[in-house]
Amino acid sequence: MGSETLVAFRSWNSLLLLVVFTCAEASSDANESSNSTAQQAPDARFAASSSDPDERISVFELDYDYVQIPYEVTLWILLASLAKIGFHLYHRLPHLMPESCLLIIVGALVGSIIFGTHHKSPPVMDSSIYFLYLLPPIVLESGYFMPTRPFFENIGSILWWAGLGALINAFGIGLSLFFICQIKAFGLSDINLLQNLLFGSLISAVDPVAVLAVFEEARVNEQLYMMIFGEALLNDGISVVLYNILIAFTKMHKFEDIEPVDILAGCARFIIVGCGGVFFGIIFGFISAFITRFTQNISAIEPLIVFMFSYLSYLAAETLYLSGILAITACAVTMKKYVEENVSQTSYTTIKYFMKMLSSVSETLIFIFMGVSTIGKNHEWNWAFICFTLVFCQIWRAISVFALFYVSNQFRTFPFSIKDQFIIFYSGVRGAGSFSLAFLLPLSLFPRKKLFVTATLVVTYFTVFFQGITIGPLVRYLDVRKTNKKESINEELHTRLMDHLKAGIEDVCGQWSHYQVRDKFKKFDHRYLRKILIRRNLPKSSIVSLYKKLEMKQAIEMVETGALTSVSFSTPHQAKSVQGIKRLSPEDVESMRDILTRNMYQVRQRTLSYNKYNLKPQTSEKQAKEILIRRQNTLRESMRKGHSLPWGKSAGTKNVRYLSFPYKNPQPAKREANAAECTDDDDSDPGFQPLMFSAHTRAGSLQERRLTQEMIPMKRLHRGEKAYNLSYQTNTSWEERAGWGGRPAIWPKPLFYAVDEEYESGGQTEEETSATVSRWTAEHRDSRKYKSHSLLLQRK
Amino acid sequence: MGPRSSHIALIPDVDQIRNETGFSEASLLRLYGRFQTLDRNKKGFLSRTDLQQIGALAVNPLGDRIIDSFFLDGSQQVDFAGFARVLAHFRPVDEEEAATRDPKDPEPLNSRMNKLRFAFQLYDLDRDGKISRNEMLQVLRLMVGVQVTDEQLESITDRTVQEADEDGDGAVSFLEFTKSLEKMNIEQKMSIRILK
Repeated sequence: MGSETLVAFRSWNSLLLLVVFTCAEASSDANESSNSTAQQAPDARFAASSSDPDERISVFELDYDYVQIPYEVTLWILLASLAKIGFHLYHRLPHLMPESCLLIIVGALVGSIIFGTHHKSPPVMDSSIYFLYLLPPIVLESGYFMPTRPFFENIGSILWWAGLGALINAFGIGLSLFFICQIKAFGLSDINLLQNLLFGSLISAVDPVAVLAVFEEARVNEQLYMMIFGEALLNDGISVVLYNILIAFTKMHKFEDIEPVDILAGCARFIIVGCGGVFFGIIFGFISAFITRFTQNISAIEPLIVFMFSYLSYLAAETLYLSGILAITACAVTMKKYVEENVSQTSYTTIKYFMKMLSSVSETLIFIFMGVSTIGKNHEWNWAFICFTLVFCQIWRAISVFALFYVSNQFRTFPFSIKDQFIIFYSGVRGAGSFSLAFLLPLSLFPRKKLFVTATLVVTYFTVFFQGITIGPLVRYLDVRKTNKKESINEELHTRLMDHLKAGIEDVCGQWSHYQVRDKFKKFDHRYLRKILIRRNLPKSSIVSLYKKLEMKQAIEMVETGALTSVSFSTPHQAKSVQGIKRLSPEDVESMRDILTRNMYQVRQRTLSYNKYNLKPQTSEKQAKEILIRRQNTLRESMRKGHSLPWGKSAGTKNVRYLSFPYKNPQPAKREANAAECTDDDDSDPGFQPLMFSAHTRAGSLQERRLTQEMIPMKRLHRGEKAYNLSYQTNTSWEERAGWGGRPAIWPKPLFYAVDEEYESGGQTEEETSATVSRWTAEHRDSRKYKSHSLLLQRK
Repeated sequence: MGPRSSHIALIPDVDQIRNETGFSEASLLRLYGRFQTLDRNKKGFLSRTDLQQIGALAVNPLGDRIIDSFFLDGSQQVDFAGFARVLAHFRPVDEEEAATRDPKDPEPLNSRMNKLRFAFQLYDLDRDGKISRNEMLQVLRLMVGVQVTDEQLESITDRTVQEADEDGDGAVSFLEFTKSLEKMNIEQKMSIRILK
């Protein structure tokens, strides 16, 4: 492993050097060309130049000014991407430090290059660019990927904590700093109260999600995750709202004669801005959900609709001086539920990836800019201000965490432990938000702007590096139980078994909602909203096509009489005689324990797994695949041998009714195939039907029924609330038909089934599992002998 | 959700269930709601298929066995009482309750012994009170990835049985099972918070 990483490092380093070199070259080129082209008009390239008879056509020209800005911006983004690749190549690194560290380092590097070559950096960061272009993608992404069920279950606590926490922090830090500034010795007395409050509001904008990746391994419970998420989500919005209000105050009252009326007006404005933004967002969310209802024939514009409407909600809210951030967040949260059901699978994937990409680009640019401005001449250092800022940030965060959670614990069913609260306190890592707000302070109103910027930079660097790097070990330390190192193999096995058992029983219990309001909303939702916003004939892109593929796969395998393409393993050895007790050396035991530890299946994670910077493929897909294959194998084996099933149930007794749905409905399946995919349907469809029927006729009916019974659990592997639709349809298929030769059923109208809550809970895992299984079936296409079948599977 | 009393009365034999399982009224109501949700066709009982509809169980290595533990003695149906009884094993252990319990009363379902008994039956498929080597092998096979070869698995099984087996009969009885886990915090491992 060591040499591997060394090689990776070396290659990464050489890549980095290459890019750095290109950068430097570009900047030096820029210097030269800027000198030479300074005299010409800006668009000299396109202007018709008066032909000077002495001028010859030059064969090779250099015009860097024309492309300077996009070129450098692209180069920055590319550099950050290369750094990220390198970061993830060394696979232990993401667990040591948050990715923001990396981005800041890259930014500092770029900054030092630019500083070193005396180059003027492109004007990436000014107020309008930031607020109009860079900020919305970041907020959209965090709103879109917010898991809604836990969010709304904890919404009371989240609002209480995020809202009040931000306010307490902002005012606390501002006021404390004001008192410090009053002390003449520090030379800060020209900073008045308003400016301090403003500084407090911008420095209290935290980005705790950035550290989530670091302690993902530790079992952080769902509630804690949600608090951190919720805080990250609402925090930016609240900070910006406060910021704007305070800037308005600063503009109005330069003479510090603020009347109580103004303060009240400020509070009222705060509330209106917040709620108004949310309201706008919800409306736009509904509109876009409604529109996606009609896009089944032009699924290429579905991502466009999603993005444009979100952005529009942001802009519309900003027009009215409402909070655009909260608007876009509310839009994303509202839209997500309905849009996910309406859009095709590929659009859904596109939306997810594109969102991640946009937000990551924005954040990269901001961090790089932060690095660039770190290394420069516009700093003002004041020991007192900066040190006290750091100190107060920590103190006030601690105060707000412990005080607010103490209060909210009285009302919660599952209170947060001190350990949880400490983790929340420690995850108060600053991000791009506070730096941006500091950078965009108008210099006219804030003569000491440089000081603020410097202080913000120091706090950001400190929290990101120090807290970001130490939070991992801290959480693991807090989480560690007194593990008996010399766990016997027995204990290890049984522990794992119990974990699986517990996870399974938890799944049986499902998720319990604590709020009646939520139930009421769900009823309202299903009775009215879904009728309006969801398509009539639901595409069911992922579910039915997934189910179809699995059925196909099973049918083919049955026809091929058990020649399994998956890993074959023999059924457990029957009655082998009990061997004599062997003397095993400690090394053997060790190696056994090793094998066991490394190879036992992981327990399904019920806690959410969210990574801000990429969409991680589910690591347990291989595991899920194996487990599913094994179950089918076991059943098939036992059935083939005519044995009763391991648990004592006789085979085939209750399977007569369980028929496979697509077999009976070639038409809807075909239409489904058309709806789901866009382009290459035509080739595969003619092959699809006859294949099904031939497989149908050849395979033994009992076996197939057995398999379809196994297929039924497969249907459950999909995202969101589509579950109930398919289950209902399958139910009708079971009940309507008595035997094989049934007439095709009409596509039944979807009904509400209250089981959807469980699917939302396991939403992420199941979504990935469905992607898993579809990928799994796609992987098996190579072994298929039937061409049309392979065509079918190739589509995904 | 309407006045609770009318709902709690809808649950058949609610008092008996409450005594047996020790669940609070609120928990029982929630469990009943869940039971009804799982019970697709409003049959009043759950069949295997109903439980198999839970997607997450399909990718749990012990999914089938967990489902089976609901159905005692080969029956194909489980009513709400049975459902609650199984889930009662996972109720968190309340210290006070354990202290004030009358020793003459039967052990509550969520005692350590009963939790262990529940786990034991996941291994012991033929219900003979012992985990034979074969049964242990089967469980191990379920729980590890395919890259572990059969020989390795056999030797691990041998070692596992050997470690726990004290009377040398090549199988692990319930008492031996309990003894091998005496250091483990079963009360916490097999408790689900929301079932309080």
